[in-house]
Amino acid sequence: MKDVKVYGPGCKRCETTEAMVRDAAQKLGIEVQIEKVTDMASIAKAGVLSTPGISIDGKLVHAGGLPDATKLETWLQN
Amino acid sequence: MSAISQEAPQRQRPAWVWTAAVIAAVMLWWAIYRQLPALSEWLVSLLPVARDSHAGSALAFFFYDVPKVMMLLTLIVFAMGVVRSFFSPEKTRALLSGRREGLANAMAAGLGVLTPFCSCSAVPLFIGFVSAGIPLGVTFSFLIAAPMVNEVALVLLIGLVGWQVAAVYLGFGLLIAIVAGWVIGRLHLEGWLQDWVREIHAGDAMAPEDEGLSLPDRYRQGIEAVREIFAKVWLWIILGIGMGALIHGYVPEDLMVRIMGAEAWWSVPAAVLMGIPMYTNAAGVIPIVEALLGKGAALGTVLAFMMSVIALSLPEMIILRQVLKLRLIAVFITVVACGILAVGFLFNTLF
Repeated sequence: MKDVKVYGPGCKRCETTEAMVRDAAQKLGIEVQIEKVTDMASIAKAGVLSTPGISIDGKLVHAGGLPDATKLETWLQN
Repeated sequence: MSAISQEAPQRQRPAWVWTAAVIAAVMLWWAIYRQLPALSEWLVSLLPVARDSHAGSALAFFFYDVPKVMMLLTLIVFAMGVVRSFFSPEKTRALLSGRREGLANAMAAGLGVLTPFCSCSAVPLFIGFVSAGIPLGVTFSFLIAAPMVNEVALVLLIGLVGWQVAAVYLGFGLLIAIVAGWVIGRLHLEGWLQDWVREIHAGDAMAPEDEGLSLPDRYRQGIEAVREIFAKVWLWIILGIGMGALIHGYVPEDLMVRIMGAEAWWSVPAAVLMGIPMYTNAAGVIPIVEALLGKGAALGTVLAFMMSVIALSLPEMIILRQVLKLRLIAVFITVVACGILAVGFLFNTLF
């Protein structure tokens, strides 16, 4: 079970990012628990400067813009 | 969602194929662009209106400007997308932290133009900057320049008014960002941040994995930027140019000269005040700007209006309200508005 956090105030791209994570995990057959972090203070504390950001098991892997689908799969597999 | 999964298996073509394709596309672009005036005249001649009537003149304006602006937008947004793939907020933060005010304000304004930035992440960015020890004034220089000097504004100015005005806009936009940020820094208003912001210690921003970006990746980001901007502004451009066409064809010239000409000194502050609550992106406002200029409105007044609409937007203030106390927002608006006023008056006096 991977613990994935998607950081973003709830803009359209943040929602797309969440959907992408869900799709990628399903495709790879990896069990994930996705949490959306919308609180500004928590986003900043995590070190995310531009949203949407993604962290997997506590490690920040992406910030700013939609993630690359191929890279997203690599992050999930590691 | 299906669009995303379709893109997943990316075919890897060598970089030179991409570069050759980009060069070919630019050449094709140029060939079409040069034919636009003829094309628009031809389109209007097909319609059952007299070319020299009000309607004919408005239609010719519309059919020429819409494709022209769309084409310019494609080219410049693509180029900016590629350039921006070399920058990121994290890198900008690293470049700015620990620098002294003054030079850092100038750097921040410049980086504000080049760093990919969306106003929806203004708050985390703000906190990230301030808690990394970047002075408040320098952070403001960045936040003022980022929306004001944007590629859509520049494209539309180049396409509709001319590159000279675009260059002037770029120069003075940067200058206002630098000076306003510096002034805010001198005022030492750190106490006017919301309390929770001062207590927060933002985590270390991670280094984004852009070292691995290949040239095709960067081209792809350029294409992505074009797609995103178009999705956002196409309707605005058509509405804005349509509006501009109406002013162009129907509004009498002396009316504009009286209301917005250089003689009416109060027109500059009025333009700035009007611009603050107005929220449209650059795409919607500039065609109107062009039509106003064409009808004899003064350049300074029109530039002031445009800067005010773009740089002082109410939604952004509401977002920033989460981190700034109202007093600080008031100072921010006042300082920037004074800068815009100065630019407006200066232009009306000079030209």
